[in-house]
Order: sequence, then C-alpha cells, then structure tokens
Amino acid sequence: MEILDSLIVVNSYTLAELEVGEHFLWKIGNFTVHGQVFLTSWIVIGVLLIASLAATRNIQMVPSGIQNFMEYALEFIRDLAKNQLGEKEYRPWVPFIGTLFLFIFVSNWSGALVPWKLIELPSGELAAPTNDINTTVALALLTSLAYFYAGLSRKGLGYFRRYIEPTPILLPIAILEDFTKPLSLSFRLFGNIVADELVVAVFVLLVPLFVPLPVMALGLFTSAIQALIFATLAGAYIHEAIEGHGGEEHEE
Amino acid sequence: MDINAASVIAAALAIGLAAIGPGIGQGNASGQAVAGIARQPEAEGKIRGTLLLTLAFMESLTIYGLVVALVLLFANPFA
Repeated sequence: MEILDSLIVVNSYTLAELEVGEHFLWKIGNFTVHGQVFLTSWIVIGVLLIASLAATRNIQMVPSGIQNFMEYALEFIRDLAKNQLGEKEYRPWVPFIGTLFLFIFVSNWSGALVPWKLIELPSGELAAPTNDINTTVALALLTSLAYFYAGLSRKGLGYFRRYIEPTPILLPIAILEDFTKPLSLSFRLFGNIVADELVVAVFVLLVPLFVPLPVMALGLFTSAIQALIFATLAGAYIHEAIEGHGGEEHEE
Repeated sequence: MDINAASVIAAALAIGLAAIGPGIGQGNASGQAVAGIARQPEAEGKIRGTLLLTLAFMESLTIYGLVVALVLLFANPFA
C-alpha cells in the first residue's frame, strides 16, 4: 500500500527499518521458504545446544557457573510443568515443554537483544524467528499434536469421548476448540513479538535516542512472559487431554 | 470508498475496538489484585505472578486485533 511504502522510505535508520512482509526467500525444490527465519532459528538452536553442552560437559556435585545457571533453568521448567500437569504426570512432558519454553524465550530475546539488522541481506531482514507467523504456527501445531498424542496414548480411542462427554450438543464447539487452540497460540506469540518490534521501530523513527529504551525493556519483559505463557498453555492443554473433563480420576 | 482507504479504517477500528474489552478486563484484574495485596500483603509475590500471567492473556485479545490490523495493512488479501 502506498501509505506504508512511504513510511518505509521515510525511515532511513538501518537499526529499525519497518519492513513487514519482506522476506529473504530460498527455493528448496518446489517450496519457497523464508531464509531469514531459518538463519536466525539455527543460531538460536546453536546457542541452546552450546549452552547445554557447556553445562553438562563437566558436571560437578556442587554446581557453579553455567551448570548452576542451567540447573536453575531446568528447575524453573520442571516447576512450570509440575504446576500444570501435576506431580504424577509431569515428568515425561518436561522435555517438550522445556524445549518450547527455551526456544521461544531465546528466540524472543535474540530478536530484542541481538542487533540483527546490522547484517545486510539481499532482501528482507534478520529478526527473531518468532517474528514470522510460520514459526509460531509450527510450534502451535506441535503443541496440538502433543496433546492429541497425550490423550490418545493415555485413553486410547476413549479420548474422543471428551467431545461428547457432558452433552453431544457441544460437539461442534469441542471440535472448533481443537482449531482455535493452535490458532490463538500462534497468533498470540506472533502478534506480541511483531507488536514489540513495530512499536520499537516507530519509536526509533520518531526519536532515535534513549526514548525507545523503556519500550525495549518492556519488550524484553513481554517476550519473556509470552514464552512462559506458551509453555504454560501447552502444559495446560496436555493436562486437559490426559485428565478428561470431569476430573473423575482425581481420587486415588 | 476504495479498498485501500477502507482497509486502513478497518485496521484502525480493529485495533481500537479490540483494545476496549481487554482494557476493562485488565483494569478489573489489577484492581482486584491491588485489593488482594492490601488485604494480604504477605501474598504479594503469588498475586503478582498470577496477575502478570492473566494480564498477558487479556493482552493477547488486543493482539489478535493487532494481527488483523497488520494483515489488513501489510498483507491485504483484497488489495
């Protein structure tokens, strides 16, 4: 659109260009993929791998340094999973929820902390991987698969009883819920990250120095919260699938 | 009205209207949380954590409006 094109032209600060919908396209076979997302998510994955390897390479009884930090992170994730899934069920889901949390968290913060925009690409620009709807949709669909797997492996085909459990009248809504869950998960994460980036970009456009700093700090905060929310919701959905509606399995 | 002008107005309405409900909700939640902290100052940490989480949930409703607005502005399917 013309208005927005002019907005992009006006902004000449390379640190915060407003580029929405511009991508660094790669062609793999018949698929066109967004290369900038791949590059940044590989970097994020690399950072996570290096951190976990460095933490586990030389394990001490009394942790210090990076091992200490990673143990703290693990404990945090375990508590998160335990809060959602309960004492008995949480253990097998710690890796999944932890991976979601760490990947989203590091992605979001990399978008806010690493000056990606100094690196020139032929088209588009590097940004947080979660800044692209495809990444968040992939994560949300993984969550959907995870809770279906959780429910099916726990209850077999009886899992589908929960669609008609209180009353079959709610069947359409129950089915709709399976679609709205990944939709809301992905849009929430994507929207928050893009909103952060846009707000910071607009502020830098207006006042390039110092004034955007509080907004950037707020962005760091919200992106951390969003990672937490994504992981929490994944845990909640899995718990819902395992437990069933009535909560009749509580007594034991 | 051509489709571009309509889209810009629709984007403004999308984000503006989507901000009303969550604004009221967040105000309510924060007010209740402050009342809770005033009554039980020792529960402040727990209340604050829950409050932030719920605020982010409400915030996401506005964000949905924002996503629609962004789609209308930058990836308009009709223009």
